[in-house]
Amino acid sequence: MAETLEKTAAKTAEPFFGKKEKKLLTDPLNDNNPITVQVLGICSALAVTSLVWPSLVMAIAVIFVCAFSNLFTSLLRTYIPKQVRMIVQLVIIASLVTLVELTLKYLNYPVYKQLSVYIGLIITNCIVMGRLEAFAMANKPWRSFLDGIGNGLGYGAILVMVGVIREIFGKGSLFASSPFEWKIIGPSAEYSIDTTTSYMFGWYANNNLMVLSAAAMFIIGIMIWIQRSYNKKLVDVS
Amino acid sequence: MGTRYVVIFVVALTASVAVLLTGFRQITKPVADRNEEIFNKRAVLSAVGDYLGEGVKVGNLEDDQVLDIFDKQVQQVVLDMQGNEMEGVKAEDVEMAKEKKKPASEQKLPLFIYEQGGEKFYIVSVRGVGLWDEIWGNIALEGDLNTIAGASFDHAGETPGLGAEIKDNSAFPRAFKGKEIFKDGEYVSVNVRKGGAIDKRHEVDGITGATVTSNGVTEMLYRGIKNYMPYFNSIRQQSMR
Repeated sequence: MAETLEKTAAKTAEPFFGKKEKKLLTDPLNDNNPITVQVLGICSALAVTSLVWPSLVMAIAVIFVCAFSNLFTSLLRTYIPKQVRMIVQLVIIASLVTLVELTLKYLNYPVYKQLSVYIGLIITNCIVMGRLEAFAMANKPWRSFLDGIGNGLGYGAILVMVGVIREIFGKGSLFASSPFEWKIIGPSAEYSIDTTTSYMFGWYANNNLMVLSAAAMFIIGIMIWIQRSYNKKLVDVS
Repeated sequence: MGTRYVVIFVVALTASVAVLLTGFRQITKPVADRNEEIFNKRAVLSAVGDYLGEGVKVGNLEDDQVLDIFDKQVQQVVLDMQGNEMEGVKAEDVEMAKEKKKPASEQKLPLFIYEQGGEKFYIVSVRGVGLWDEIWGNIALEGDLNTIAGASFDHAGETPGLGAEIKDNSAFPRAFKGKEIFKDGEYVSVNVRKGGAIDKRHEVDGITGATVTSNGVTEMLYRGIKNYMPYFNSIRQQSMR
């Protein structure tokens, strides 16, 4: 496991941003992706990805929560009593999620209204707690922080990719219900209920399957397939 | 690490987190509350979005303009279930979510009367349930208290791309414009029909793949607008004299 290696290496002098630190950021993007390799956080990956905009905000929120909960847990790791460590981790995650919610309410109320359901879902995201247990409890704050950002990015990248595919084929648009909505493909004018919008390519009938969560399952499955077929490290030898 | 340490640690952590979050909430509260007020008023105004004046759209209004229109052109009335006006309450302070939980006879009904160019629009608030969670909306009626002048809907957690279309797809609320809630003098509300409207005067097209939400809207409109009928009847009688 990469984690145990980190632990022994930590005893020698640490550069501020060396090879190991860089690996913490890039590893979750491919070799150790939380969704496609560890298969964590699938629930929210299915739930929010029918549109790109909620996926993107969700990704940013998870990066924030993951990074800072890792940081705080790591700072407290020697003081946290082992018997109640999971409850303590949960308190840290929950307060950060509340902080995100309050900030959204303050900065942009419409976006808060739109995403409040999903933001609450971060608490139940296994990736966040998984990283606290597997990494932050045993590593120094700076590295834990980077690990949080890396895993948040790995999660967010998949989320946005799935979101783009689902929205284009399911709704024919990108960034719908955001300030910069962009209509791409859609039914030609005579079949459209909404006659005020025009599409770049007017011959496509929206695929309703793509809007349902099941589509995300297929897309993630295909992504795992593609990833495994070029990344030989991931293929099970046993 | 003894039990005592565990207890002290947990209490200290919880207390400091509580203080931190409460403090942050207190600091951001005034701005957050104002944001919420503007958001709600915008939703009310978007029901009369076609009558805000030449070239004015709700989306283009500045926050201050929203508050300004509300001060000058909107009369706020709160009704009880018998259709009597209540004193000392403002319609904007009535929270439909809380009213819903009260016994039917004690509920308060907010009514916004919007005036533009001598014409009166009656904006009623309705609330019901969709597939996953609550849905709500504002319906504007023209002065004849029969024709719908516009509508706006919102929801707590309908599926994006399906049920959420009641809000995200502007074509859905727009379809309500011009529909009539009375058929031959009898109250029928407006029906959201699966597979497309048949009776074009009293029905709108349902949303494909969101039958439960569509039915929820039908149910919400039927019950919600009906609550206002005692008051509307008394207005009608007054105008007849």
